[in-house]
Amino acid sequence: MTEHASKQYDVDLDSIRSRVLQMGGLVESQIRRALEALASGERALIDDVIAGDQRVNAMEVALDGDCSQVIVKRQPAANDLRMIFAITKTVTDLERMGDEAQKIARMAKSIHERGGLHAAPLVEVRHASEHALSVLRRTLDAFARLDTVTAEEVIRDDARIDAEFRAILRQLITYMMEDPRTISTALDIVWIAKAIERIGDHAKNMAEYVIYIVKGTDVRHTGKPVGNFNET
Amino acid sequence: MSAPDMQMTTTLAPKADVKGLDFYYGDYRALNSISMPVYERQVTALIGPSGCGKSTFLRCFNRLHDLYPGNRYAGEIVLHPDNTNLLSAEVDPIEVRMRIGMVFQKPNPFPKSIFENVAYGLRVRGETSRRRIEEKVEQALADAALIGEVRNRMHEPAYNLSGGQQQRLCIARALATDPELLLFDEPTSALDPIATASIEELIHDLKERVTILIVTHNMQQAARVSDFTAYMYLGEMIEFGVTDELFIKPAKKQTEDYITGRFG
Repeated sequence: MTEHASKQYDVDLDSIRSRVLQMGGLVESQIRRALEALASGERALIDDVIAGDQRVNAMEVALDGDCSQVIVKRQPAANDLRMIFAITKTVTDLERMGDEAQKIARMAKSIHERGGLHAAPLVEVRHASEHALSVLRRTLDAFARLDTVTAEEVIRDDARIDAEFRAILRQLITYMMEDPRTISTALDIVWIAKAIERIGDHAKNMAEYVIYIVKGTDVRHTGKPVGNFNET
Repeated sequence: MSAPDMQMTTTLAPKADVKGLDFYYGDYRALNSISMPVYERQVTALIGPSGCGKSTFLRCFNRLHDLYPGNRYAGEIVLHPDNTNLLSAEVDPIEVRMRIGMVFQKPNPFPKSIFENVAYGLRVRGETSRRRIEEKVEQALADAALIGEVRNRMHEPAYNLSGGQQQRLCIARALATDPELLLFDEPTSALDPIATASIEELIHDLKERVTILIVTHNMQQAARVSDFTAYMYLGEMIEFGVTDELFIKPAKKQTEDYITGRFG
């Protein structure tokens, strides 16, 4: 992209964009470690993930402040305006993903304080979580490269995470019916599965903002994005 | 040139149509084949870097270039509803200026009283009735949102007014002859933010009765006050479109580079 006549404007925008990616990396790490904590029950890791959400929150506040400064100082227009607008929404989605990671860690704490996972069906949860992490990573790549093809793939993939969530629910209902003593643990796992499903939703939102930045087209709530997207 | 949003423009009638307009300062071609509509009772902003021809273009509408020898127009500016080609040699530029008012960058009141500044155009037109002149002056000052500030000082020199008031006086002077089209050439570049806001508010109110064409270097001003925006570069019309779209999603990369400050 051509540089601005004001070099400082470029520096400010580049700084904001790279810190969005840093925030994305932190959120990705929080989710991954929350899932590790769920599997291992390691108390220190659980506490670390819960406390780590403060860093995510602080990054959201700082980035919103920086976006406000760009608006005040530069009155961005066209693709710059779309970028700033999309970033303020992206950091909100990232912060909420951070909340979901914290929620997973809290559920992990509750499950392990109650005596562990026992025979809880976690294979599908692991699949869904790997899938959600992959979607988040690809969304961040799409944002970094302003790549609408990847963004469209991510939007399409969110439907798979939703389907996986519904499958987990069905499985957990069977699990609870077979042995009512597992209900507390199963409900915690439902919350974890829901958190993973929400992470997919937030990643999808972010992918929609990438399309908005690049093409200026708002594909939210339209059912399908622009471009070469073929609805399955 | 890209076409503006069809939904918006189908309900609008053009007050003027610019068709293949060229303009020459001697041998130098300053405008190159410009075509665009100027929609009735809408505000159209002309933006572009210094030297792009936007003020030259604006001045074609009231034949200001006729004042200097060697200047030459080609093409047409057709004013509706009577389809008069404003650039035709058979059309008297004085008549054109009666129908098309202009407000300049710096307020330029005449060295006369506030009242006489506004009455001037009416007197030139041959109006002799003192009562009618007083009514018209009062109405024009009201339309320019100045009457409340000058009602008791009508016969003071216009130079006693502040810069923002002087500019509104110039707008009142232009309005007094009931123009069909008002041209603004960077009308707020010499004013402070408060005076600028009052002029912008006035432009917003005036478009209910008059078509407005405004040249501005301030893109936020173009975004605030105009319904349509035209981006010009090197004497050419690069993009003309609905303002709300042009500042968020311009069709041309050249426009995007300019409005985002990537120009040059």
